[in-house]
Amino acid sequence: MRLLSLALMALLSHWRRHRVQCLSIFTGLWLATALWTGVQALNSQARSDYARASAVLAGPLQAQLLPRTGERFDQGLYVQLRRLGWAVSPVLEGRLRLPGEPAHSVRLIGIEPLSLSPASSIAGVQLQAFDLQAFIGTPGQAWVGPDTLRQLSANPAQRARDSEGQLLPPLVLQPALAPGVMVVDIGHAQALLHASGQLSRLLLAGAPGPLPADIAPFLELQTQQDDGGLQRLTDSFHLNLTALGLLAFIVGLFIAHAAIGLALEQRRGLIRNLRASGISLKTLLYALLLELGLFAVLGGLAGVASGYALAAWLLPDVAASLRGLYGAQVAGTLSLPAWWWLLGVLVSVFGALLAGLGSVMRAARLPLLALAQPQAWRLAQGPWLRRQALIAGLLLLLALGCGVFGASLPSAFAMLAGLLLAAALLLPGMLDRVLAWLARRCQRPLAQWFVADSRQQLPALSLALMALLLALAASVGVGSMTEGFRKTFVGWLGQRLSADLYVTPRDTAQGLQIVEWLEQQPAASVVLPGWRVDIQLQGWPVQVQGIVDHSVYRTRWPLLEQQPHAWQRLARGQAVMLSEQLARRLKLQLGDNLKLPANTSPALPVVGIYADYGNPKGHVLANAGWLRENWPQATLTGLSVDLAAERVPALKVALQRHFALDDSRVVEQARLKRWSTDVFNRTFAATAALNSLTLGVAGVALFINLLTLGQSRLGQLAPLWALGVRRMQLVWLGLGQTLMLSSLTVLMAIPLGLLLAWCLVAVVNVQAFGWRLPLYVFPVQLLQLAMLGLFTSLLASAWPLWQLARRQPRELLRPFADEA
Amino acid sequence: MLAIENLHKSFPTPQGPLPVLQGVDLRLARGSSLALMGESGSGKSTLLHLVAGLDRADSGRILIDDVALDGRSEASLAQWRREGIGLVFQQYNLISSLDVGLNLTFQARLAGRYDPHWAAYLAQRLGLAGLLARYPEHLSGGQQQRVAIGRALAGRPAWLLADEPTGSLDEASSDEVLNLLLQLVAEAGSGVLMVTHSPRLAARLQQRCYLQAGCVRHEQG
Repeated sequence: MRLLSLALMALLSHWRRHRVQCLSIFTGLWLATALWTGVQALNSQARSDYARASAVLAGPLQAQLLPRTGERFDQGLYVQLRRLGWAVSPVLEGRLRLPGEPAHSVRLIGIEPLSLSPASSIAGVQLQAFDLQAFIGTPGQAWVGPDTLRQLSANPAQRARDSEGQLLPPLVLQPALAPGVMVVDIGHAQALLHASGQLSRLLLAGAPGPLPADIAPFLELQTQQDDGGLQRLTDSFHLNLTALGLLAFIVGLFIAHAAIGLALEQRRGLIRNLRASGISLKTLLYALLLELGLFAVLGGLAGVASGYALAAWLLPDVAASLRGLYGAQVAGTLSLPAWWWLLGVLVSVFGALLAGLGSVMRAARLPLLALAQPQAWRLAQGPWLRRQALIAGLLLLLALGCGVFGASLPSAFAMLAGLLLAAALLLPGMLDRVLAWLARRCQRPLAQWFVADSRQQLPALSLALMALLLALAASVGVGSMTEGFRKTFVGWLGQRLSADLYVTPRDTAQGLQIVEWLEQQPAASVVLPGWRVDIQLQGWPVQVQGIVDHSVYRTRWPLLEQQPHAWQRLARGQAVMLSEQLARRLKLQLGDNLKLPANTSPALPVVGIYADYGNPKGHVLANAGWLRENWPQATLTGLSVDLAAERVPALKVALQRHFALDDSRVVEQARLKRWSTDVFNRTFAATAALNSLTLGVAGVALFINLLTLGQSRLGQLAPLWALGVRRMQLVWLGLGQTLMLSSLTVLMAIPLGLLLAWCLVAVVNVQAFGWRLPLYVFPVQLLQLAMLGLFTSLLASAWPLWQLARRQPRELLRPFADEA
Repeated sequence: MLAIENLHKSFPTPQGPLPVLQGVDLRLARGSSLALMGESGSGKSTLLHLVAGLDRADSGRILIDDVALDGRSEASLAQWRREGIGLVFQQYNLISSLDVGLNLTFQARLAGRYDPHWAAYLAQRLGLAGLLARYPEHLSGGQQQRVAIGRALAGRPAWLLADEPTGSLDEASSDEVLNLLLQLVAEAGSGVLMVTHSPRLAARLQQRCYLQAGCVRHEQG
């Protein structure tokens, strides 16, 4: 133990004189842990909220009864089952619109506590602890979680109003309740949702038997609780975040790896002396591992703290994305347990082992009598470059294999990872080749030194340059994909949202009245009612939309692929059209038949496929008449109205007055487009932020590398100064070297980034969301990113070079001085 | 002519300035050689650095052919180092990223005085002709010192300033390297100012002087 502590003390003494190096290892582990933990905190928070949302009603619930068609069924069926002795409890669910701009809603769950199983709990509250009188009485109670309470800008016991002005029961805070959920007594729910005598599902306690014959046609048994498929729907979103987090983690580890390797090189003498002094290799290895562990714990603690801050900063954007994309409610504040955060330290330890174990093992095999020489290091790099090229080749093969044979999101990401890592591994070799070629063409002495010295710096800088390559390529790829998506999305939105006014009736009856009323208004030139029914196809939620036959659809509904006379066949109720993502998921092509789960409907051919960006559910377009024939319960969910722009405000006011509709139910085109674009922008806000952070981390890697290198480069630069090269000239040459290496890296990052963009739009998006986007190249954006990459490296080299410029001649003399 | 007049130099220390040179006077004609001797810490290297323009004196003057070195800009001092002198250090200080051939001709080409015949002659005389494609770290200490001497003389400088040029070599190699150095200096027509501990080596030069308590004590050869 004494020997171990002595060895450890000796090893740690190195850091007193090499504080920058110490800082680099710490920074690497800190940033890697921070970005990884931050991203995982976002994912975990979201997933825990989905779980809370799906577990609002927890208890010995084995199954539930759902309507076979439509979303609701008659309450009479419940009464009938209770009379037959079934232990069922009714639930009514719906979205309750709340006032505000843009309009938002909560998931209103109406329950009947009296019929619930005694062992049940609601939002963590045991049934025995219920104040039944207060909950089911008048005015009742509306349970909400802290996040929803904040969203409502209300206090407990206050009575809020919905968008129609209906007064809600007094609010009661239930800390365990998921965000965006409100629980009330079923009677209140039926009133608020205008669903008198209707139910959404029946909870079953105990083992269910077969349903009575007269009920079976209306209800079906589902053995698991339905969470709305949120986990499944949002998986791709979280996988995207995880991939970015992983990239940042790797970039952070690059910093630590480079610094640990350099520290080992510099401590060869010390290690040799320790061993010569009688410290065994085993003790030395323990000491090195302990030292690494110390770094890991410190970096981990700092990383976890920063990860928390990062997650808290990004959470509102991520929550908005999830709400906009999937209708998933995620709390705006982090509420993960302390142990979860402490696990982040383990991530740091794992990262440290990954980054430093190689170096520690190298220390064990070190030929201790060999001196560290920079040029020898470069020459010894030859075999290592060849090995790296071999690994890169294997990774490229893996990427190719995943691209050709893979058909899942993990395989798409494996392809991306293989491609990126292969490119990063090939970078030092390629740079070495380019510099060797340049060296052969240089004639002037300083130019020869410039290239030769850059080549000599490569082994020490290669990890930072690899990090820069990865970060820039990711920026180019994600940037091209996002901008391409924006361009496609805006164009698509422009076509799809070309009506002037959109109306959402409260129910079908009101919708029909509005249609009738609008048809009498001379201002309204086109009125298009949209009918809808929600079904499931191969376990996937699908919306079937019924439209009336009108020529405007031919211009308003752009099709990616279509058969001849597609719209005419749809209008006759002889065909359907599908969203791209549904077609891919069901593996259907034009001409294939689709059988929808209606009793009487025959299979219909698919005559068109269209883009339906941002919709996580499948979408089928059918003729309205055909839809209502097969699904009598289909609801009239929306109306689009065309009219002259100057008449929009007057018609809107008249509509609102005549049908008592609030602002959220009558929306002008511009407002709807603004909401959609806002959702789009927020969707990519977190991605853009993580991307910039990764580029920042790569900049830090380069900075730390240059700074560490700057300290050891005095011996390389001093002879040049002594031979008559001015100090400022040396500074400019140093700057030129950094710029040359980073420019070459940027040049390689751009095609790699474009390849990455292609993989994202053509492979990852298809697997993740089900749609494929055209690949756009934005030269100005590429130029901006290239400049940003160069600026990052310029910034990274500025401090070490400034230090060189400020160095006193006395310091430069050190390599020559044998006496003061 | 190299003339040093009343040169003072001190270094800052936590205890206050440490005077190293306290009024050094010295004269050396072009083409002649002088060994600068003294105990460790006596200021020999400091004096050499001041003459080379690597450092600046606190007071006093250094004149090269009656032109003062002090007060010159950094660019002018760099030009002096590039064109006026050749420097040889005990630790060689070769450029590790360049091969022997490029190291040998580096300063001459930098100064625009590259003469391929003279460079080839130097390489041959120094026994480096077969080593031109190697990198410095693959050479022995003696070979590296020969490269440093070749580099210093490749531009035929007016002055060769050498700081313990054979300090890292054994006695036999040391004699051999010094012989070569003196022969080549004579052929190049350069003056020599050499810092050395060794009286044996100093005896080979035309003049010798001792630095003691910051001042020069001359001893004629």
